[in-house]
Amino acid sequence: MKIEDPESISKSPDGKAPRDQPAWREQFPIDWPTDDFRSRRDFTKLLGLTSLAFVVGQLWIALLALRRRDREPRSLPPREIASVGELPVGGSKVFDYPRAGAKCVLTRVTEVKFVAYGQKCTHLSCPVIPRPERNRLQCPCHEGAFDLATGEPVAGPPRRPLPRLRLEVRGDRVYALGVEEGVL
Amino acid sequence: MNLPPFARSQRLTIVAGILCFVLVLVVLQLWLLTATMESFLGGSDAIIVPAALASIGCFGLNFGLLHFFLRKLDR
Repeated sequence: MKIEDPESISKSPDGKAPRDQPAWREQFPIDWPTDDFRSRRDFTKLLGLTSLAFVVGQLWIALLALRRRDREPRSLPPREIASVGELPVGGSKVFDYPRAGAKCVLTRVTEVKFVAYGQKCTHLSCPVIPRPERNRLQCPCHEGAFDLATGEPVAGPPRRPLPRLRLEVRGDRVYALGVEEGVL
Repeated sequence: MNLPPFARSQRLTIVAGILCFVLVLVVLQLWLLTATMESFLGGSDAIIVPAALASIGCFGLNFGLLHFFLRKLDR
């Protein structure tokens, strides 16, 4: 008498005897262990392709960073953006820097202290509005807020600080000297 | 290395193990990609190269598992 290898017997997923299986399963038999093996193996291969796609994504970001580095000059020439007398304490002015269309906002915090940031909110790029009385820059779109002294996010959805400009006061003129951190 | 052919139940267990390992690595790669994108959009380039190297390392492990073990299991 021939003894059948139990490994080669096709088993149904519910483990019941063949006579207890529905009719359609008898008519369309499937080798479940092999089917399980193949579906898991194919899914693992799909994950391998996904892994490759993530590597391509990382390399794409690296390429974008290289292009950005080539495009943006590291140090910008000083540019006059306002006069000291033009702004009262608590006053602010919007200006383009370092190129037309890149909006920045200058705020006079005290008699001698000025701060300037890129005006695009780091959440979804709405223009931020200085609120010196609350020591904040407010984004009206989603109620995001940034600290006026540092540009760090303090409330709402933004998680990254605003890009901050390097400033210098020469005589009665305020000059922008470049970007401390971030991209305008 | 010449291993004896695996039984069907063994192959299923092995492929499930490989699947779990590859899944963890892919999730790690997804996290690396989102963190790198977040950093890039924030204007910082410092983590781009280390993250890319880590991601390539994860892919190398995945490729090794798929290439050597699955080929052996398929025989």
